[in-house]
Amino acid sequence: MSDQEKEPIFSVKNLKLLTGPLGRNNPITVQVLGICSALAVTVKLKPAIVMALSVTIVTAFSNLVIAAMRKYIPDRIRIIVQLVVIATMVILVDQFLKAYVFDVSKQLSVFVGLIITNCIIMGRLEAFAMANKPWPSFLDGLGNGAGYGLILIIVSFFRELLGSGTIYGFPVMEKLGIYKIGYENNGMIILPPMALILVGLIIWFQRSHNKELIEK
Amino acid sequence: MEHYLNIFVKSIFIDNMIFAFFLGMCSYLAVSKTVKTSVGLGIAVIFVLLITVPVNFLVEKYVLKDGALIWLGEGFAGVDLSFLTFMVFIAVIAAMVQLVEMVVEKFSPALYNSLGIFLPLIAVNCAILGAALFMQEREYENVLEATVFGVGSGIGWMLAIVGIAAIREKMRYSNVPAPLRGLGITFILTGLMAIAFMGFMGITL
Repeated sequence: MSDQEKEPIFSVKNLKLLTGPLGRNNPITVQVLGICSALAVTVKLKPAIVMALSVTIVTAFSNLVIAAMRKYIPDRIRIIVQLVVIATMVILVDQFLKAYVFDVSKQLSVFVGLIITNCIIMGRLEAFAMANKPWPSFLDGLGNGAGYGLILIIVSFFRELLGSGTIYGFPVMEKLGIYKIGYENNGMIILPPMALILVGLIIWFQRSHNKELIEK
Repeated sequence: MEHYLNIFVKSIFIDNMIFAFFLGMCSYLAVSKTVKTSVGLGIAVIFVLLITVPVNFLVEKYVLKDGALIWLGEGFAGVDLSFLTFMVFIAVIAAMVQLVEMVVEKFSPALYNSLGIFLPLIAVNCAILGAALFMQEREYENVLEATVFGVGSGIGWMLAIVGIAAIREKMRYSNVPAPLRGLGITFILTGLMAIAFMGFMGITL
C-alpha cells in the first residue's frame, strides 16, 4: 500500500490507463461496450461532443466513487449500488445540460438517460473500479470515456461532413464551392444504418493495422 | 382496437428498438452467435418489457409527474418529482427483474433453466430502460397503450436478434476479410438489415 502511494500521480502505468482505451483497448471497437447510445447521437458533431463529454464525466466520477466505496459494498447487492451511483451522476449531468445547453439536451432526448445502462460504465465498474484504488480508477474512467468519445467524434465528423456538408455547423462544402461542380449532400449517410456501417469500417481499419486484434 | 394494433405494428417494425434506435446493442452483439440462445434472450426481453413498461407507466402517472401526487391530498398538488425519473425507473426495472427471476424460478423451473444468466443481465439492457423512457416521451394515454408498446418493442427486438443470429450462423461458411471477421462484419450486417427495415419508415398508421 505504502509504495503505491509513493508512485507519481502520472506514472507510466497510470498514463497507460489513460491512453490504452484510445487505441488498442478501445471500448467500442475492441471491448464492444456502450454501442447502444453511441450510434444514435452521431448525426452532427455538436451533440456527439456533448454526449462524449457527458459519458466521460459520468464514467470517471462513478469509477471514482465506486472505487472509494469498494470495500464497503456487499457483493450481493453491488449491481444496485452501482446503478444508484451511476443514476445520481446521470441526473446531475442531465440537469446541467437542461440548464445550460437546452437545445442539445432536446436533441439527445432519451439518450442522456440511457447513459445509466451504457455498458461502458457498468463494464468498467465491474472490471476495474471494484478492484482498484480511486485514482487509477478515475483515470481508467477518463480514458474509456475518451476512447468512446473518439469513435463518436470520428463517426459524427464523417456523417456531418458528407451528410450535411458542414463541420460543427460551419458550411465547409459551400465555402469550397463544391456544390457548383455538381456535388450533392449524401442523404443516406444521415440515416441511422450508416452509423453502423461506418463503425464497421473503423473496426476494419483498426484491425488491419493491429493484427493481434483479428478474431479467428 | 385498431388504435392498439397500430401502436403494436409501429413499435415492432417502424420504431424497431435495434434498427431505428440501436438500443440493447451490447447484448445483441454478444449473444447473437447462435439462434437458440438468442431466442431465449428474446423471450426474456419480451417478458420483462411486458411487466416493466406498464409498471413504470403507473409510477410515472401517479408518483413522478408534476402534480401527480394530488391523490394524496391537496397539499401535494405542487410536488414535482420528475427529476427522479431515471433513478426510479432503473430501480423499478432492477426490482422487477429480480421479482420475475424469483417467480419464474418457483413456478417454471424449465423456463428458468433455459433463460439462465440472461434474466439478471436484462436489468442493464438499454432496450428496457429505453422503452420506459420512450413511453414517457411519447405520452401514451393509458396502461393498455403502454403495455402494447412494451410487448411490441420486445417482439421487434427479438425479431432483430434472431435474424442476425441466423445470418451469423450462415456467415461461418463465407470468406470474410480477416480484419472484419466477428465484430466488424456483424456491424455491417446490422447496418444492411437496418437499411432494409427503413423501408417501413414513412408508413403512417
